[in-house]
Amino acid sequence: MIGRILRDVPRRTLVLLACFFAVLAAVPFIAGDYVLTILILILYFAYTGQAWNILMGFTGYLSLGHALFTGLGAYSAASLFVHFGVAPWLGLLAAIPIAMAVAGLMGFLAFRFRVSGVYFAILTIAFAEFARIGFDHFAWVSGSSGLFLPVAQYAHNDLWRLRGNPMMFYYIILVATALAFLISYLLLRSRTGYFWLAIREDEQAARATGIDTFRYKMMAVMISAGMTSFGGVFYAFYYNNLFPEQVFHIARSIEIILAPMVGGIGTLFGPIVGAFVLETASEGLRVILEAFGIDVPGIKQVFWGFVLLAIVIALPEGVWPWIARRLGLKERGP
Amino acid sequence: MTVLLKVEGITKRFRGLVAVDNVSLEVPQGAIYAVIGPNGAGKTTLFNMIAGEFAPNAGTIAFNGERVDGLSPDVICRRGVGRTFQIVKPFPALSVEDNVMVGALLRKPDIGAAREWTRVVLDRLDLFDKRAQRASSLTLPDRKRLEVARAIATEPKLLLLDEVMAGLRPTETDRMVDVFRRLNQNHGVTILLIEHVMRAVMALAQEILVLHHGAAIAKGAPKDVVREKAVIESYLGAEAVH
Amino acid sequence: MPLDVYLNVAVGGLLTGLVYGLMALGLSVIFGVVRVVNFAHGEMMTIAMYLAITLFSVLGLDPLVMLVPIAAVLFVFGYALQAKLINSFITRPEHSQFLLLVAIAIILVNGLLIIYGPDARNVQTSYSFDSFEIGRLIIDANKLYAAFAALVVTALLFAFFRFTATGTAIRACADNHTGALVVGLDVKKLYALTFALGSACVGAAGVMLLMIFDVTPALGPAYTLLAFVIVITGGLGSMPGALLGGVLIGMTEALAGLLFQPSMKSMFTFAILVLVLLIRPQGIMGRRA
Repeated sequence: MIGRILRDVPRRTLVLLACFFAVLAAVPFIAGDYVLTILILILYFAYTGQAWNILMGFTGYLSLGHALFTGLGAYSAASLFVHFGVAPWLGLLAAIPIAMAVAGLMGFLAFRFRVSGVYFAILTIAFAEFARIGFDHFAWVSGSSGLFLPVAQYAHNDLWRLRGNPMMFYYIILVATALAFLISYLLLRSRTGYFWLAIREDEQAARATGIDTFRYKMMAVMISAGMTSFGGVFYAFYYNNLFPEQVFHIARSIEIILAPMVGGIGTLFGPIVGAFVLETASEGLRVILEAFGIDVPGIKQVFWGFVLLAIVIALPEGVWPWIARRLGLKERGP
Repeated sequence: MTVLLKVEGITKRFRGLVAVDNVSLEVPQGAIYAVIGPNGAGKTTLFNMIAGEFAPNAGTIAFNGERVDGLSPDVICRRGVGRTFQIVKPFPALSVEDNVMVGALLRKPDIGAAREWTRVVLDRLDLFDKRAQRASSLTLPDRKRLEVARAIATEPKLLLLDEVMAGLRPTETDRMVDVFRRLNQNHGVTILLIEHVMRAVMALAQEILVLHHGAAIAKGAPKDVVREKAVIESYLGAEAVH
Repeated sequence: MPLDVYLNVAVGGLLTGLVYGLMALGLSVIFGVVRVVNFAHGEMMTIAMYLAITLFSVLGLDPLVMLVPIAAVLFVFGYALQAKLINSFITRPEHSQFLLLVAIAIILVNGLLIIYGPDARNVQTSYSFDSFEIGRLIIDANKLYAAFAALVVTALLFAFFRFTATGTAIRACADNHTGALVVGLDVKKLYALTFALGSACVGAAGVMLLMIFDVTPALGPAYTLLAFVIVITGGLGSMPGALLGGVLIGMTEALAGLLFQPSMKSMFTFAILVLVLLIRPQGIMGRRA
């Protein structure tokens, strides 16, 4: 496998990738917690964006409800931890299958009844909203009053129970992002990846080429959901509190999809680049506004909206394809 | 001679309108068989039933001795029927090579093996030099050949061609005819084509079925069929007879 | 509970639903003609609601009077939005249009937050607490006026599409884009006009809803979602469908709020949405594409 990667990927891309992850791995030695917390956020969105991209970018089905899967992951692992003291890594064994099962149900209904396009997007919102209201009334996870993970001053990092300082969380999400990138890469170059792209490009032609489109769409939605749910587990143990109103809110779903959309849908680097661009812009705005002593709620988001607007208008394909052309790199597909 | 495709008395109605009315045909293994007829004669409907886009209201379709009517398009393709679309449907954002890869991967799950086979198919369809181009950047004749290449890559026993010559210039048509003749003679692919371009039909087909208002009005060798009065009337208009 | 209560709640839901219908009509008209899904629909409605609050507190205008100028402001806003921005996105993929409208929505929501703050606002008219009694049926004056106004606006819009030359041209545009270009219609201008009309609808609906509900800047996305649910239930692109969907969802919300906890009511509207998507994806009144 490694051999094939080394053979298939252009040298220039490999060098760039190696440098990129090496720099990120070295960051905790030079930067403080402030930079780390921002990078954690960036990598979190790069990770979830990568997972979402499998469904939209590869298979062409727009999900506007991926907060459903981060939320399910977060609540599964967190409630097992709070109630039974189950470590989050074991909790993943519940979180991933639960997210995949719900995605399977949603996919089954959508694909059996040939729901696609805008209608599919609305269906995903409906499922997420269902979960939001359902969890609001779900007493075992404390409903709308919120689920809290015990926070104490930890003398050392407990990697098994995910209790510790930002540096630990940073490395976890860094490894996860690198893995998600690798998984996406391998999937895209596999038979399944080719079939996904075919479905994205023209579903009728894909069927006529012998592809069992139902099966491959189910795979896409379930793999995407399973990967996304890990993001939720991370979110739960990093923030230590969960409210259905926030976790399943449509704003979370939109946040997840912005990075790959801005970075370049269907590309492997898009989610990562998009997350960096968006979070840097957002944080930069905060710093500038603070420097001028402006503290009005909403003003940062307005600027942010304009930044987004500018990117959408100026770079319709996304930021990454534009950068890639300038660096002389080429990635397959749009 | 064994029969590869056997269609018996199939009928398709759309809201009371009979698009295909009790049509039967037999395509022998290794043959090139053409279905002709004026616009709206039901050719594409007949085709779509064979390819599995929709099921007939009555009648049966047997491929390779097994009933296939009512099966879905992907299953029919896996049984060994490749098709092209009247309005071409390549995967626009993928490269020419990746378009064909999708087809090749159907029977060759290994990426390396599929890639080798893809190159062979590209070469056969004169597309090898354009393999790195995006499908959306191709000219119409190239896109049509790309669709044929994608279908061929699935290694079909029967190839369905839906007006694959339409919109081509005569020289391009001759080139296409040549491609199909080679596929048929050198690689044993049986071909069923719907065609408007008589030049191509006369050059390729060993047997012709003529559809008019959904019904078969003539059947036989090209030379004989074009002489039949009913065919000339329906196809060229009644005045042509005089 | 006595039957009266159900009846009263159902009628209240019906009246609110008519206003919902008008709101959704705006979305439906825009999608039906321009083929763009307005993801900033609810945000545009909250703008109209806040405009009404400002006019009310400064000039003390009655909401029913404000309807016309506010719809006009939204009309201009919608026209400019389509002409300056969205028209250049018509040929771009769906997700690109989506991102554009999300960006606009973010700017609108937070712009309102800056100007008005996060607190809920409403208007109190002289007839806010009036009601009509018909037998044992008690109807809020607010809701009745609002529903009536919604019907009037809908009828006007309907008449526009049916009886004016421009309306006919827009419908031609919706049926056959290429055909419209061929006969020399200025499609981009018609698109802008359509977006403007859709915006005026949602503006008018906003003013009326303000008579029934409080408004906060954060309500934008929720109303966008509600408009979607209604339009898809009724049939995307169908004018009577939007109205019917609005009534159906309005009544469902009202009765679910009564029978279960009010916080659970949107679960039922989403259940209807999912059922419609699966059983009749073109919507109750829609035609299969």
